[in-house]
Amino acid sequence: MDTTPKAIAGVSTFLDDRIGAGSFLKRNMRKIFPDHWSFLLGEIALYSFIILLLTGTFLTFWFKPSMGEVVYSGSYQPLVGVKMSEAYASALNISFDVRGGLLIRQIHHWAALLFIAGMMVHMLRVFFTGAYRKPRELNWLIGVGLLSLALLEGLTGYSLPDDLLSGAGLRITEGVMLGIPVVGTYLTFLLFGGEYPGHDVISRFFTIHILLIPGILLALISAHMVLMWVQKHTQMPGTGRTNKNVVGAPFYPTFMAKAGAFTLFTFGVIALLGTFAQINPIWLFGPYTPADISAGSQPDFYMGFLEGSLRLMPSWEINFLDHTVSLSVLIPALVPLGVVMTGLALYPFIEQWVTGDRREHHTADRPRNNPHRTAIGFTGIAFYGVLWLLGANDEISANFHISLYETTIFGRFAIFLVPALAYFVAYRICIGLQRKDAEVLSHGVESGVIKRLPNGEYIEVHTPAAQDIADHIRGKEEIPIIESGVDGDGIPPKGARTALGRLRAKASEAYGTDHIPLDEGHGHDEHAAIGAGDHSDGHRDGH
Amino acid sequence: MTDNINEQPEGRAPARVIGTPPSNGPILGDEIVHEAKGVPGVIPADPAVAKRAERIVALLFTITFLAGVAFIASYVIFQVGTIDRTAASNYALGSSLSIALLSLAAGIVVWVRQIMPKYNLVQERHPMASDADTKEYVEETFLQGANESGFVKHKMLRRTLLLAAAPLGLAPLVLLKDMGPLPGTALRHTVWGTPTKDGKPRRLVVEGTGQPIRAADFNSPGGILSVIPEGYEEDLNALAKATLILLKFRPDEIKSGTNLNWTHDGIVAYSKICTHVGCPAALYEQTTHHILCPCHQSTFDAADGAKVIFGPAARPLPQLPIAIDSEGYLVAKSDFNVPVGPSFWERGDAEAEAREQKA
Repeated sequence: MDTTPKAIAGVSTFLDDRIGAGSFLKRNMRKIFPDHWSFLLGEIALYSFIILLLTGTFLTFWFKPSMGEVVYSGSYQPLVGVKMSEAYASALNISFDVRGGLLIRQIHHWAALLFIAGMMVHMLRVFFTGAYRKPRELNWLIGVGLLSLALLEGLTGYSLPDDLLSGAGLRITEGVMLGIPVVGTYLTFLLFGGEYPGHDVISRFFTIHILLIPGILLALISAHMVLMWVQKHTQMPGTGRTNKNVVGAPFYPTFMAKAGAFTLFTFGVIALLGTFAQINPIWLFGPYTPADISAGSQPDFYMGFLEGSLRLMPSWEINFLDHTVSLSVLIPALVPLGVVMTGLALYPFIEQWVTGDRREHHTADRPRNNPHRTAIGFTGIAFYGVLWLLGANDEISANFHISLYETTIFGRFAIFLVPALAYFVAYRICIGLQRKDAEVLSHGVESGVIKRLPNGEYIEVHTPAAQDIADHIRGKEEIPIIESGVDGDGIPPKGARTALGRLRAKASEAYGTDHIPLDEGHGHDEHAAIGAGDHSDGHRDGH
Repeated sequence: MTDNINEQPEGRAPARVIGTPPSNGPILGDEIVHEAKGVPGVIPADPAVAKRAERIVALLFTITFLAGVAFIASYVIFQVGTIDRTAASNYALGSSLSIALLSLAAGIVVWVRQIMPKYNLVQERHPMASDADTKEYVEETFLQGANESGFVKHKMLRRTLLLAAAPLGLAPLVLLKDMGPLPGTALRHTVWGTPTKDGKPRRLVVEGTGQPIRAADFNSPGGILSVIPEGYEEDLNALAKATLILLKFRPDEIKSGTNLNWTHDGIVAYSKICTHVGCPAALYEQTTHHILCPCHQSTFDAADGAKVIFGPAARPLPQLPIAIDSEGYLVAKSDFNVPVGPSFWERGDAEAEAREQKA
């Protein structure tokens, strides 16, 4: 094809004449996107969000967000004649009386789970590779905001069908809100339009769920994309890659096509789940009444950690001057969420403070090369994981025949011990992997060639690592350490004189010290290969 | 370790006979793919591979076409209306949609990987910060504009503007006030305290059937009922506070925590609303007399005033004073003497107050 088809050229000229699109396209059509499997994780969340918007719109055409009472008369025989809210009845109608309704409802729910799961793993990828570092702190903060909003979006969403299970979640929400000191009672009465459950909360949650939060999400996701575009994606270290360039494939045509395919894959997999993996079968739960509950009520996975923390908490409550602070509600409902979200939001800035590193970073760290960061990340995962696991302690107790209370008591200790252990283990693994890297560079890799020496000893010849592997390993960056030592006159630098300054200096030294510096010490690669016989400690096959 | 390597040059993996060119990579003199000729970092696909790939892609796209047609056909053919028909419709629509999407996705992937070139293009990055000239210009312009506006010079203008903005900023919050009434003492009372129209004490009725309960009929020790107030069977606001669990004990089983004056012949009524966050504490273990809330596993000893024996709840389930009316049906003697359900800021130590009042 040597000329642009008329249809495209005509439209392009029309647009360019009016908005000058040409210069934008000139700069961006061949924008380079680096490639790595882990860069796709965030895209899962993005495409799930698009699916959520599409399927959600479909659902609103039939869903009636009303708590008004109706007598069910639809296709689902077991509930015919039962009094229920219009919201529940319309959710049943979507499931049984609208063609494709059940499919779209289940796709919507699965997409919501994948949306949040995608965000979580994407966030972990960004964390462990240090991709939040300058200049990307703002996008990291937007990401933390997106995750928090998504949790709220999920909560308001699964409360809408007004079945017995969704009502249990709503009741817990109310109980937690009531516990907030000073304003809790007022907030609850405002949200529910009076006493729980009232007649307003479903329609209010509906507006929040389909308008308010999605609107903010859409705006933040757009900002997230624009910033990523402007700042260019980070890349993994490797041959020809530096902190000042980006190596990969162009947006047009490759990345565009790949992104399209990945959208379709995401949608396809969610459609498969929506077809064959039943989710939230609301017709089995029955209409909501505050008088009933089913055993084994479980929230969606992303709320499980809150459930777990509520279950772990001992029964603490403070009464003073005719007022009540129910610590057994407040601590578990607010502290873990607060610690995780605040910790995430502040981490880039704390790290900058500790390392004194104000440079721009465009090359992703390999997790092993910043062992303390990786260990802190795993501490967070372990903390979240213990709470999440304990959110299902009734299932664990029932399936593994362990006493229910023992699982709780185990959890009360595990919530402190397991994260500490995770820190230690992750740190040691990082150091171990660094050792392995150093060995690959200094000794080369096993060649598979066995050589017999004149003295009868068999050794395996090592060859230098392939160029790309070696360059990948050499991408290890030094972590800066702030100046803390005393100068010639025995005076410490200004910043390190206060207690906080000394703490900072200590933290900086611990965080930045490289215990396994890369050592290409046996000279050049040829040397390493030839000399490999001298270091064949692990490869003796002799008699 | 190689997991972390992205885009390994494929030439190094398989050994090749010395003297032959690598199977991929730009081969000089390859005239067929002229679009990418001479562009460094663009490695055109092998034409033979591309030709084979085109056939695979075409097949996958055709499958998508057929599955798409099947999806529309399923919508027409499979009607809903019964559970089985809904299930059939769901499977037909869902599988055709999944096949259409996945097959299209797979087609594009084959297209990208085997027909489009491999790229190793390099773009320079530039520091995000603007250069000094730009910064200086922006700063000058900002100061110039600020001075031109007179915002700095005219103090009164500035202060009254801030003054003007404050109430307007608060207005949207004020407007939200009517979303709900003030709590008042609503959380301290339940409908058990309000007498019926004819002034008699309110009867306990079984949840679901609405049958009043004759004390003499509820006579098997270890029995448990979920009970709601007569006349409020469908009032969810009332039920959210007034729902009870009714238990029958042998006299020797009841311990000191339970107020015997509020029982009738070994029948005890507790609030079913958990004092932790308000779930119905619905599970009962007959042998141990434990009431367990399934949400967060607060456990209460029903024989001993429903005191907390495990879990996060901080207070016992309040006990409702019950008696029988002239026809022998269970009724509430009065409301609970403490607020039921979760703790709230204004609650205070209502149990201690109640004890003082009694003493």
